[in-house]
Amino acid sequence: MLAVRLPVLATACAGLFALATGLAFFYAPTDADQGLSQRIFYFHVPLALTSYACLGWGAWKALRYLRTRDERSDLESYVAIHQGVIFGALTLLTGSIWARISWGVWWSWNEDQLVLFLVLFLFYCAYFMLRFSVEAGAARANMCAVYALFGAVLIPVSFLAIRLSKRFIHPVVFNSHGPQMTGAQFLTFCVCLVAMLTLFATLYAIELAGKRLDVSLRELRELLST
Amino acid sequence: MSQSERYTAAAYLVVFVAVLVYVVIIGSKLQRLQREVEQLVELVRENRGDG
Repeated sequence: MLAVRLPVLATACAGLFALATGLAFFYAPTDADQGLSQRIFYFHVPLALTSYACLGWGAWKALRYLRTRDERSDLESYVAIHQGVIFGALTLLTGSIWARISWGVWWSWNEDQLVLFLVLFLFYCAYFMLRFSVEAGAARANMCAVYALFGAVLIPVSFLAIRLSKRFIHPVVFNSHGPQMTGAQFLTFCVCLVAMLTLFATLYAIELAGKRLDVSLRELRELLST
Repeated sequence: MSQSERYTAAAYLVVFVAVLVYVVIIGSKLQRLQREVEQLVELVRENRGDG
């Protein structure tokens, strides 16, 4: 199944990324306020949303582990959180670059939404410190699953912070009246979001396959050495 | 190139480079796993030879 699915996913991902980049630069109209730099939005926001999706998926798999005690769920949770941290780091990097152009600073500690996303990112970075400080086994899987679930609470808080913040320097593009952008911009955004989510699915499948192979090889080596 | 163009290009480049680096890292890990498989095959052959 994976042998069929992975090449299809990878091809779809590459195609979607080519389409997304083309749309972002050649189809979407230039923003009247921010000019060319607004096009960073088409990667920055999908990266953030995909990061939330990765961490949410990791929390879901953590819950599945606590219910079923299936080691595979623990591994899937770990891989999803790993992906979430990578996408989170890219969100912070692209956001900083965009902030530099728009606000003149790389970072602002006064902005709740920036700080909350950073807190979420650092919380899940600490997940790996916890995981690799404990011997592999049921105890480690339990601790990591509980930790991942606690972190899941931060995801909606971080997401809503953009809307609850009183300062509104960080743009709010989607509100109760719908997306505040033209049809072409919204289409470009949707394609970019699908491309990012497909990238997550592809990298998740690749990393999970590698990790499962690693676990099987360790077991095989132990069996052969006894 | 204006400053806006440079920074926009940098933002996109960061994403592409990060994905490329990740793929290279995964590729090197898979190569290590491939070497481990070959070592285990050798181990099995030795065990069969001893047996």
